[in-house]
This record gives sequence, C-alpha cells and structure tokens, in this order.
Amino acid sequence: MLRYIALRGLLALLVAFTVSLAAFLLLNVAADPAQAIAGEDATPDVIEAIRARYGLDRPLSVRYFDWLGGVLTGDFGESYYWHKPVAELVTDRADETITLALSALAVTIVIAIPLGAMAALNPNSWIDRFALGVAVSAQAVPNFWLGLIMIILFGVMVPIFPVSGDDSWKHFVLPAFVLGASSVPAVMRLTRTGLIEVMGADYVRTARSKGFRGWPLLRRHAMRNALLPVISVLAVQLGQKFGGSVITESIFAINGLGRLALESILGADIPTVQMLIFVFAIVFVVMNLIADILNAALDPRIRIG
Amino acid sequence: MTSTDQTFTADPEDGTTFALTPGQIFRRRIFGHTGFLIGAGLILAIVLIAIFAPLLAPHDPYAQSLSARMLPPVWSDGGNPDYLLGTDQNGRDYLSRLIYGTRVSITIGLGAATVGLLIGVTLGVMAGYFGGWIDHAISFLLTAQLALPGLLLAMALVFIIGPSIWVVIGIVGVLHWTYYLVVTRAATQRIRSQDFVAAASASGASPRQIIWHEIMPNLLSSIIVIFTFELGIAILAESSLSFLGVGIQPPTPSWGLMIAEGKQAMFYRPWLVVLPGICLFLLVIGANLMGDGLRDITSPEGRNE
Repeated sequence: MLRYIALRGLLALLVAFTVSLAAFLLLNVAADPAQAIAGEDATPDVIEAIRARYGLDRPLSVRYFDWLGGVLTGDFGESYYWHKPVAELVTDRADETITLALSALAVTIVIAIPLGAMAALNPNSWIDRFALGVAVSAQAVPNFWLGLIMIILFGVMVPIFPVSGDDSWKHFVLPAFVLGASSVPAVMRLTRTGLIEVMGADYVRTARSKGFRGWPLLRRHAMRNALLPVISVLAVQLGQKFGGSVITESIFAINGLGRLALESILGADIPTVQMLIFVFAIVFVVMNLIADILNAALDPRIRIG
Repeated sequence: MTSTDQTFTADPEDGTTFALTPGQIFRRRIFGHTGFLIGAGLILAIVLIAIFAPLLAPHDPYAQSLSARMLPPVWSDGGNPDYLLGTDQNGRDYLSRLIYGTRVSITIGLGAATVGLLIGVTLGVMAGYFGGWIDHAISFLLTAQLALPGLLLAMALVFIIGPSIWVVIGIVGVLHWTYYLVVTRAATQRIRSQDFVAAASASGASPRQIIWHEIMPNLLSSIIVIFTFELGIAILAESSLSFLGVGIQPPTPSWGLMIAEGKQAMFYRPWLVVLPGICLFLLVIGANLMGDGLRDITSPEGRNE
C-alpha cells in the first residue's frame, strides 16, 4: 500500500511539474505577453519598456526557473494589475471558491446518486427514462446560460435566494446548483451502470436469496462496489469545479478565484493567471491522487495488481 | 433490443428464411433509433440554416436601426411583424442574428473538433500501435492535459494571442483531444493483436501501411462517434469564451456573445438571453443525441445503452 501511494505521489509530482512548464510555455511562447499588457495600439518603444520593467527581456529558461524557484518558496511574483503579491491575492479569495466547489459537489451528489440508483433499480421504467432525459439535457445546457436563467427566475419571479454576492450561505445556493448541475450527467450515468452491473453479480444474488431486499441490500452489498468508480469521478469533478468557478463566479458576482481569473486575464496580469492555472491544476492533481489512494484502500485488487 | 435487430427474417411468400445484408441491418438500425433520428434531424436543419442563412434571414444581421431598438418578439405587446423575434439594443433584427449565429457555431464546432481529431487520433494510434515508452510518454501527456484547467487556459490564450475565429478554433481544438486519444489508443491495441494485422506484417507491410490500411478503417466508426460529441463540446466552449468576452468579438453574431450583450437588459427583456440559449441547447443536444445514436448503430451488438 505504501509503495503504491509513493508511486502515485511521484507521478502526481511529475504531472505538477509538467503542467507548470506547459502553462508557462503556453502563456509566454504562444504570444508576446508584453504586447498583451501594452494593448493593441502600443508603440514598439512602450512594448520594449514593458519588457524591461517586468523582466520579460530575459531568456525563457531563466524566467521559468526563476518562477519555479519562487513557487517552491511560496513566492508567485507580483501582480501587474493589483500591484500586490500574487500569493496574497489568491489566498485572500480562495475561501469563496472552496465553499462554492464543495457545495456544488454536494449538489451533484444529492441529485446524481439517488437518481442513478433509482434508474438502475428500475431499468427501462419511467424513472430510468427521466434520469436519462435529465442527463442528456444537462449535458447540452450552456452553464452560463443556466446561471442567467436562474437569476431571471429567482431575481424577479421567485425572490427566495439572492442572485449576486457572497455574504451568506443563501448566496451560494444558486451558484452551487448551477455549478453542480454540470457534473450530474457523468456521475448519474456512472452510478447507474455501476449498480446495474453489481446487481447482476453472483454475490448480490446470494445476498438476495438470503433474504436481503431493498435498502439493506443496497447499503450492505451493492453500493460499496458500485460506488468505487463514482468516487474517482467525484474527485475529478471536484477538481474541475475550480476551473468551472470562472463562469459561475462572474455571473453571480462571487469574489473568489474564478472571478479573479477572469479579471486578471482581462487585465493581462500574467503572473496572476499563471498562478491560478497552476493552483487549479494542482488541486486537480491532488484530488486525483486522493481518489487513487481511496480506491486502493477500498479495493485490494488495485494496490496489489 | 427491438425486432429490427433480427438478422434473419421469414419471407411470407415461400416460407424460407434468408439473411439480411449488412446494409439492410444498418438501415433498419438507423430508422429504428428515435434518438438518432431526432439528433440528426436537428443537426441537418441547423446546417441547412447555416448554409442558406442569406436566403432565410429577413434582415441584414449587422444593420442597426435606432428607431427599432429593443423591440419585443412579435407575440408580446409592442411587437413588430417586421421583426419576428424582436431586436437587440442596437436595433438589429434578432431572428437574422440568430440565423447567422448558426454559421459561427457550426464553423467553430467543425473546425475545433477536426483539430482535436488530428491531435488525438495521431497520438492514440501511435500509443496503441507502438506501445512501450511511446505509450508511456503519451499516457503521461494525457494525464498532464487532463490536469490543466481548459477553460481558463483557453481564455488566457485567446486574450494574449488576440481573438479571431481561427484563434478560437485552434485553441479549443488544441485543448480537446483527450477523448479521441483514449478511445483510439484502446481500439488500436485491440486491433493490433488481430490475425489480419499479423498477416499484413508477415507479408512485409510497413507500420505506416498497417496503420493506414489495416487499423484506420477499423477506427473510423469510433472516430466519427467522438467527432459528433466533440462538435457539441466545442460549440459550448466557444459560447462560454464569447460570453466571457474572450472569444468571438462584436459585431459578429455568436450566440454566446449575444447572451452576454443581452445580459444587461435581461430582467426587462429576457428573450435577448433566452432565445440564443435555446438555439445553443438545440444544437448541442442534437449533436449529443446523434453521437449516442451513432454509437448504438455502429457497435456490433447494436445495443441501446
């Protein structure tokens, strides 16, 4: 088990390093950051001055290792736009995004798993068809549009929940629903397929013949195995929620990392953008690692094989 | 499983049984699959609208009219029969802009899904065919790509490089190749161990010949299925980028951008937000239903799940 965790951890570290390099190269080689900071109409002199001011005239490799060295000591550079250390900006606004991501995940779990389970227990019934319809529609609805429709509905017609800001838990209800809805199709389908497969397995049939029915059968026998793959997907989805917060936070005016990302992109604030891409990627990598370890802990076949 | 899946059928004339040709089975499956018919119908209709947009649009989508700003659709109070779906904040005919919007979505969807296809299939076939360290390297690349926050990276890149339809196609495509890779890698591994590949190899075929003549034809149907799904994903990605202001720029009629433009007035004029969202929903759900259908139709078992 320890060997497995160590191997996985090493791989995660390697991925984190690669991702930091990829993000750096994409932002610095695909186009000229100095040009983006200066704007379209800038004269060559201005661009040259910006290059010197931000150290963009140094060779790429020097800039990358300078940045990486900073990251290892917790120094992500200074924001071009807010003129504050980037690390401070990000830690100041992380709370909102963590709250949003976790509550969105809760929404996904509460909708997707019961729906998938009911669909699996009654294949080809109306509830199965309904669940499939929900999945197909939720996949096709643009997330930002769903957010705006919620705002129109709850802002004007049924004003139960506030539609803008992040002052109380009530402010997070609608954003969490919108962000959570986007993961419902994947989690629901997986729960359904997993349960259908497990319900046909020999050991479940044996349990049935011993008199287990309904909820006890599900809880004690079927769910545990059916939910193994669901746990991995949930971890991956939680990682994606951070990236997805960009749209939700800007629509519902939540002052978190997603909104910071949009603002820093529109402000050509490369150090902030770079740190956010890095942080979101690390969250994803860590979530994946946790999912791998959880799966190995729950299923001995993985850690041995 | 429906009766249309029968391979043998009784001839009522002389009572003998005869096999259906593969073509007949294929046609029966297509016309027996409601989801596929709805999806393909939607896509066909939208593609035709895109092609014949100049003939269908009642007005020039760019023509502004100060005297006809913010007209409601014709069925509400104050609607003008000249402008069936009303006008936007610049007095442009909304129906015409929605019609021309199909061109932006279809172009970007096809373009980005093709870029992703070229990258993903190349990597997938290489990983599956050559195996060994090439497979390990490509699988690592996949892990790293999955960790990157796609939307955030796309936003940053479009902003830095400068927004244009080609930049959006390129970036959305470059960030959406993982699904092709995963599927073609597994399929290539499976095909590679078949006898006909061994036979081709024994008769002196080079890897290039084997890949193009033996493996590719067998991958075609899965590639088409993924392409259809990726079409929908790319269209949603473009609409999100345009909505956030880092995609298609005004005055081009992109549905995502139209939703962003209508957002300011959405409490009083909700149709400005609702209508383009419905268009996006129909296009993406069409692509998804068509993809689901194609998968069922082309899979050997012809299953419905």
